[in-house]
Amino acid sequence: MRIPCPICGTRDRREFTYVGAALPRPSDEEWGAGWDDYLHNRENPAGETRDLWQHEAGCGAWLVVTRNTVSHAVLGAELARGATA
Amino acid sequence: MRFSALKVLKEGLTGNKGWTPHWRDPEPKPEYDIVIIGGGGHGLATAFYLAKEHGLTNVAVLEKGYLGGGNVGRNTTIVRANYFLPGNSEFYSHSLKLWEGMEDELNYNVMHSQRGLINLFHSDGQRDAFARRGNAMINQGDDAVLLDREGVRKHLPYLDFDNGRFPIYGGLYHPRGGTARHDAVAWGYARGASDRGVDLIQNCEVTGIDIEGGKVRGVQTSRGAIRAKKVGIVVAGRSGQVAAMAGMRLPIESHVLQAFVTEGLKPVIDHVISFGMGHFYISQSDKGGLVFGGDLDFYASYAARGNLPMVEHVMEAGMTLMPMIGRARVLRSWGGIMDMTADGSPIIDKTGVDGLYIDCGWCYGGFKAVPGSGFSFAHLIAQDRHHAPAAGFRLDRFRTGHGLLDEEGTGSQHNLH
Repeated sequence: MRIPCPICGTRDRREFTYVGAALPRPSDEEWGAGWDDYLHNRENPAGETRDLWQHEAGCGAWLVVTRNTVSHAVLGAELARGATA
Repeated sequence: MRFSALKVLKEGLTGNKGWTPHWRDPEPKPEYDIVIIGGGGHGLATAFYLAKEHGLTNVAVLEKGYLGGGNVGRNTTIVRANYFLPGNSEFYSHSLKLWEGMEDELNYNVMHSQRGLINLFHSDGQRDAFARRGNAMINQGDDAVLLDREGVRKHLPYLDFDNGRFPIYGGLYHPRGGTARHDAVAWGYARGASDRGVDLIQNCEVTGIDIEGGKVRGVQTSRGAIRAKKVGIVVAGRSGQVAAMAGMRLPIESHVLQAFVTEGLKPVIDHVISFGMGHFYISQSDKGGLVFGGDLDFYASYAARGNLPMVEHVMEAGMTLMPMIGRARVLRSWGGIMDMTADGSPIIDKTGVDGLYIDCGWCYGGFKAVPGSGFSFAHLIAQDRHHAPAAGFRLDRFRTGHGLLDEEGTGSQHNLH
């Protein structure tokens, strides 16, 4: 699996740390279903998914990677800051 | 048909013509008291204990593929009860006791071999942690022996004791730990359930769960609609998809865990060895293959196969621990899909829908839990209340924060287990 870092170019998966599903952070001030969903509950799709990776052994950027969980195909990556929801 | 030494002898002398299929292959009926979704180890054990312990036999097990074709046939067959946390400890202790009686209970040879499990440690701090874990196991009524370096050497003389990075200080020995023949466990429970009247229906994919007024009414399947008063979901590896049919989202992310086996070798490894610091564990099958594995690939996946970085990592760890393994040739590798919960512990609970129950989230430890999970899930479905040893496996513990079961002590977060 190789991930196309928008800053460094396409690199081996080993340079990246997987963080988890790319979800919008809830705006709720208090603990509730929004935070429970954000932290724990997952769509967990068998197919196309968007998840957060950090280019830890490269530029350090946080990326939103679009990939397929069944084929392991990596379909694209963009910087998490300003990523389309 | 019962198995016995006499029967084996008789069949051997008469051309093996008297064996019969191990289970019936019935057509689905339009209605059952209980439908179990998933014909893997846990689902079949659930059906068996519903019939045996609760006298409930108007039960169907619906399996998308063939019985035992999922993770129960893809694991590394290790059976143990060396957990630390209250909530986990009593559950796996109960499960191991069921393992010890399984062959008599099922009249089936599951090749359960209590060859002993040794968890290695490599520092003073790790020794303290394992001493504490061993005490917890003894308090639970299970067995644990803290071995020093020479104690480990008596059991495992072939390890690299003076490795520069991970010198071996000792190990926690769990003599009742071991392995079993994974497929036979599924087959034994299937036969036991079928003999007691449970319908095992293969090639029957559930495509929908019927819910009316907050109560479950049945399921839609590739072989037609089946009504049911109660439905149990036991589909680890695909829990999210099936739960979504009931409008649920689970605290689960699916990950791939790889395993490897070498060509058959003469007996060399008598125990199950766990090298936690290197993320490596190994045992030798009765056929002679060295069966080993490591950690998750660590990204969400349904591929049932992993990537090369983890293959390399596991091989390196094996070479670090026992350099002799370098002469063995790997025969094949494969991957299984793990239901990873945020805290690394499973779920056996009711859902928000009346009559709908779920058993999921077994992470990478489902095989040893097969009898305990089946027993406790059957209890929950039959009596609508939790079975004491599994009472901690609540679905709502993530939302409330109460009773999290973070056995590894790494935090309750998806990418940490």
